[in-house]
Amino acid sequence: MEKLIFKKPEAMTDAVMHYCAGCGHGIVHRLVAEVIDELGIREKVVAVAPVGCAVIAYDYWNFDVTEAAHGRTPAVATGIKRVLPDKVIFTYQGDGDLAAIGTSEIIHSANRAENITVIFVNNGVYGMTGGQMAPTTTVGQKTATTKAGRNIRRDGFPIKISEMLAVLEGTTYIERTAVSSPKEIIKTKKAIKKAFGIQIKNEGFSMVEILATCPTYWGQSSQDACTRIEKELVKTYPLGVLKG
Amino acid sequence: MRKAKGRVRRPDGKRILITGNEACGEGAVQAGLRFYAGYPITPQNELTAYMSRRMLDVGGTFIQAESELAAISMVFGATVAGVRAMTSSSSPGISLKQEGISYLAACELPAVIVNIMRGGPGLGNIAPSQSDYFQATKGGGHGDYHMVVLAPASCQEMLDFTRELFDIADRYRGPVMVLGDGILGQMMEPVIVDRRSSIDVRRESQTTNDKRQTTKSWALTGCKGRKPNVIKSLRLKEGELEAFNEKLEKKYDLIRKREIRFEKYRTEGAKIIIVAYGTSSRIGRASVDRLRKYGIKAGLFRPISLWPFPYEALKKLDKGNTKFLTVEMSAGQMLEDVRLAIEDKSRVHFYGRTGGGIPSEEAIVREAISYKL
Ligand code: SF4
Repeated sequence: MEKLIFKKPEAMTDAVMHYCAGCGHGIVHRLVAEVIDELGIREKVVAVAPVGCAVIAYDYWNFDVTEAAHGRTPAVATGIKRVLPDKVIFTYQGDGDLAAIGTSEIIHSANRAENITVIFVNNGVYGMTGGQMAPTTTVGQKTATTKAGRNIRRDGFPIKISEMLAVLEGTTYIERTAVSSPKEIIKTKKAIKKAFGIQIKNEGFSMVEILATCPTYWGQSSQDACTRIEKELVKTYPLGVLKG
Repeated sequence: MRKAKGRVRRPDGKRILITGNEACGEGAVQAGLRFYAGYPITPQNELTAYMSRRMLDVGGTFIQAESELAAISMVFGATVAGVRAMTSSSSPGISLKQEGISYLAACELPAVIVNIMRGGPGLGNIAPSQSDYFQATKGGGHGDYHMVVLAPASCQEMLDFTRELFDIADRYRGPVMVLGDGILGQMMEPVIVDRRSSIDVRRESQTTNDKRQTTKSWALTGCKGRKPNVIKSLRLKEGELEAFNEKLEKKYDLIRKREIRFEKYRTEGAKIIIVAYGTSSRIGRASVDRLRKYGIKAGLFRPISLWPFPYEALKKLDKGNTKFLTVEMSAGQMLEDVRLAIEDKSRVHFYGRTGGGIPSEEAIVREAISYKL
């Protein structure tokens, strides 16, 4: 008899993803769905999708999802969680959404110790609008708006949101992971599971920052993009638990 | 004045002296409000302070947000989860809320937004004003949408209108606005308050006593026992947005048919009609009495719903030679709607004060006499 050893999580729909080949979003979507299945919380989850490449995450997830204005994602999650304290509320945000236009919302939601979970996908560019510089773009990185590479005098420094949030008394758990290899993917899944667990135990604000590939706007193959994370990105954004 | 259906019952109503801002907050609590987010700005601070107290009393949520943008987005979150939610601010803060208001309209989410107007543009001043009429009634945020805007003229109406607007917001699933000004917000008047009856069971889509439960089937509460709900405003598929815009227009047409409100005062046989709303309408009413005393046939037309605007009712008062004097605490914004209602523009006049100035009875009487002659 055949044995089923790999199947689609119940928390995912059958829709075919629109992401580019080698994009990190697909992996993170699936990890979130697997964790939700394993924790048995699919019917208790309400997610808030961002503005950016992942805006239509609701087409791929099989649970309640809404969509916030650009960057207001944690404020929307705050409103939902305060009126549905028994439900599991998470935001899924890219670096433009969370680290640029929504900097105020993420800092203050964290500082209020909102009992929500944030999945922060950091790929260092604006994907949806055509590969412009993000606040997380690394020094020297070429983008549509930094043709000669990010120049710290003109464009400022890569912003390290996780480090910033870790110093706030309101945060409980902050970890930075990557989806660049099977080993790192397994670590990422563990971190996501831990973050949801913290919310379920009412322990406060949890965030996992995930370094992810954008082969399209990095101008690299999927393989090279994964190598870039492990060889270069981690120098600016070291992996590991920052708090909790 | 057209009596609204399901008017507030207050058999054991208690008369208390409170500010308009507090009356507005109490109306919201009576309507079953359980979530308020706001940000300090004068002249609506009494409302925020009141809500911080009353939300504690009723076991609701009060959040002093980090910005207006966050406050309206928190309201978005609470209403997407099916709970009655409100935010309030004054002009510069309402400008910031326009982003959220557009998203609420696009996601068809009920919410009450209170604007206690002050002088503008820019930081302006903190004196009362009516210069956000365009912003409130003609869009404000981006995209094709409208919201029902009611303009109270007393502390009692601050309470009654706010309370009723929650029903209107739920009925049509969209953002609605209480448009007051700094005088209405900060003055004190006796208001009949009945704290007993906060929830009317007849109301469909009302939250139950448990603030965590909701009867709004569209709300996001976790998909137990049903298919997942998705509430979003991105509509990229071919024709999807146009179809949605058409759906909204149908809803707005229904609102235009059902929700028009206005008040007429001594308009029988009037040769000159003062058109004014909110605070200006109170001064307009006193001016009418003064003019009548002088033997001048004056009347008052007071739009209560600023959107939908009572064009037809106003037009009916035009006997072919009737003169209209629009009075506003602005440079002339509602004036454009009055001109739309009255075909002969040469008979539509305007008197207004800006920058926090309040039209005096004497000035209105003088203007009316000069147009009448
Ligand atoms: S542009 Fe980049 S982030 Fe967006 S879908 Fe493509 S690879 Fe992914």
